[in-house]
Amino acid sequence: MTTAPAKAGWRFRQPSVIPGFGLTLGFSLAYLTLIILIPLSGLVWRSAALGWADFWAIVVDRRTLNALKISFGTAFLAAVVNVVFGTVVAWVLVRYRFPGRRIADAMVDLPFALPTAVAGIALTTLYAPNGWIGHLLMPLGIKVAYTPLGIVIALVFIGLPFVVRTVQPIMEELDKEVEEAAATLGANRFQIITRVLFPGLAPAIITGFSLAFARGVGEYGSVIFIAGNLPFKSEIAPLLIVIRLEEYNYEAATAIAAIMLALSFVMLLVVNLVQTWSRKRYG
Amino acid sequence: MEVRVVNVRKEFERFPALHDVSLDIKSGELIALLGPSGSGKTTLLRLIAGLERPTKGAIFFGDEDASQKSIQERNVGFVFQHYALFRHMTVADNIGFGLKVRHGAARPSGQEIRRRALELLDLVQLSGLEKRYPAQLSGGQRQRVALARAMAIEPKVLLLDEPFGALDAQVRRELRRWLREIHDRTGHTTVFVTHDQEEALELADRVVVMSQGRIEQVGTADDIYDTPNSPFVYSFIGESSSLPVKVENGEVWIADRPIGLQAPHAPSGEAVLYFRPHDVDLLDGCSGCIAGTVAASRRVAGTRRVELEVGGERQRVEIELPVDHPAAQKSRVAFRPRRWKLFPKS
Repeated sequence: MTTAPAKAGWRFRQPSVIPGFGLTLGFSLAYLTLIILIPLSGLVWRSAALGWADFWAIVVDRRTLNALKISFGTAFLAAVVNVVFGTVVAWVLVRYRFPGRRIADAMVDLPFALPTAVAGIALTTLYAPNGWIGHLLMPLGIKVAYTPLGIVIALVFIGLPFVVRTVQPIMEELDKEVEEAAATLGANRFQIITRVLFPGLAPAIITGFSLAFARGVGEYGSVIFIAGNLPFKSEIAPLLIVIRLEEYNYEAATAIAAIMLALSFVMLLVVNLVQTWSRKRYG
Repeated sequence: MEVRVVNVRKEFERFPALHDVSLDIKSGELIALLGPSGSGKTTLLRLIAGLERPTKGAIFFGDEDASQKSIQERNVGFVFQHYALFRHMTVADNIGFGLKVRHGAARPSGQEIRRRALELLDLVQLSGLEKRYPAQLSGGQRQRVALARAMAIEPKVLLLDEPFGALDAQVRRELRRWLREIHDRTGHTTVFVTHDQEEALELADRVVVMSQGRIEQVGTADDIYDTPNSPFVYSFIGESSSLPVKVENGEVWIADRPIGLQAPHAPSGEAVLYFRPHDVDLLDGCSGCIAGTVAASRRVAGTRRVELEVGGERQRVEIELPVDHPAAQKSRVAFRPRRWKLFPKS
């Protein structure tokens, strides 16, 4: 069989002799169109009805900008926190054998399963000024509930499993011999982790980050309880959309949604490009 | 650097992997640890490297007790069967890694590290590949890079764990010759593990034959092949045939017939006779010989291997015949081992 060298540009790679390429590709495209593309283009269509000037006026409205800033800012911070601690959690679960490991492992998935509103209410109860943790933080001058900090905490809770579950399998496949090789060459534990192990995990960590971040941007249920929802201060963009909907201001709601969609898409695209680059390097 | 392993015992969760092993390795020697899987050869190598700690006993590098030192301080070069290269680093960065992680004054400048890496790359005959990543190299090339990386830290000992085990036969033979050359040029004390006896006998100055966590015999290829000191070594190294025999009055008997072999020093009683299939004299008549009926025959390269059924109990032995020997099926063949050894019946 002659295979053409891969060139830049759009081309089909010769599929394997096992049949199914046409069927599965067709199904995937139809499915993606039905589930994702049609609803989203409906959104863009609807907001396009506004006209450019009105659309722009809604987008650069101070309240919208603040909501977007809070949504993306808190999601970013929460994703950063999750990357650090999620990686540590994954490390402990993969590397050590201790009583209760399986239970701890199962617990990681709870934020997936729990209704987000329940999580929000539970966190609010804990962090409110008179709550278990809140009343300890109060004398230190730290307010968690009803501030952006509270939003970050809710998003950390929601996003943790995304990081752990993407990093864990890659960590399990790390070759013990590579660490041993580094040790015989004189590298200490810290050097082994930062120079040998971490670069291998980087693509998985980036994936975990982008998943946690994307989830955080769109999160609604858990946040609205703990955020306090003060306009300009702790109001997230998804809430602003709901508020506009309740005012029957569908155009404004779709405009905010469209701009969120665009921002998220750009950020995920950037993350993906970073990842392709690192895969190519470390592949 | 001279390496001494003194009365080392290693247990994994109460299961003994090595029983009281002692071994002296001379400075500059190329030595092979040879044995079937589970014989403890890799465990012994990892103990020398410091990748495992002995349950009992000590390992000396020169006069220093290395068992008190961490892996990092031992300064050994270790080459793994599956290369264990850092796949996110270029070939040059892989080789320079051991120098780059040094601290303070011991750490050469970036330029010096690069110079050393290129020099070693030249030694392992991979010049020009310094910018490649391990994924872009063939198996043989990767193992050369792994060896260059291990040599970059100027190790006291070079340890190789089945270095050619994952490569195909052609590349293996090539790398074997090449490793011998590198060893002769650099003079590192080198220990390698293998389960391939051809590799061990061809490559090593001395071979350590191991079985079930013990050292069976240490010696040159000639020692090991010509004077094996145990039934295990006799049957593990090269081809061998064995027959249950009886010793009486200094003569070897099979069933009720003497076979013309004198064993004046052997104690009387039951024993096992070992000989090499190719090391036999074919006889015409039979007074004092081993005679058997041909049960099977197959052509092996330049000779013919036949299986004979010997005696009333139809014990099977293998001998080699010239290709043109007229021994067909069911015909009787008489022979006497030229070189042989008796071991007491176990």
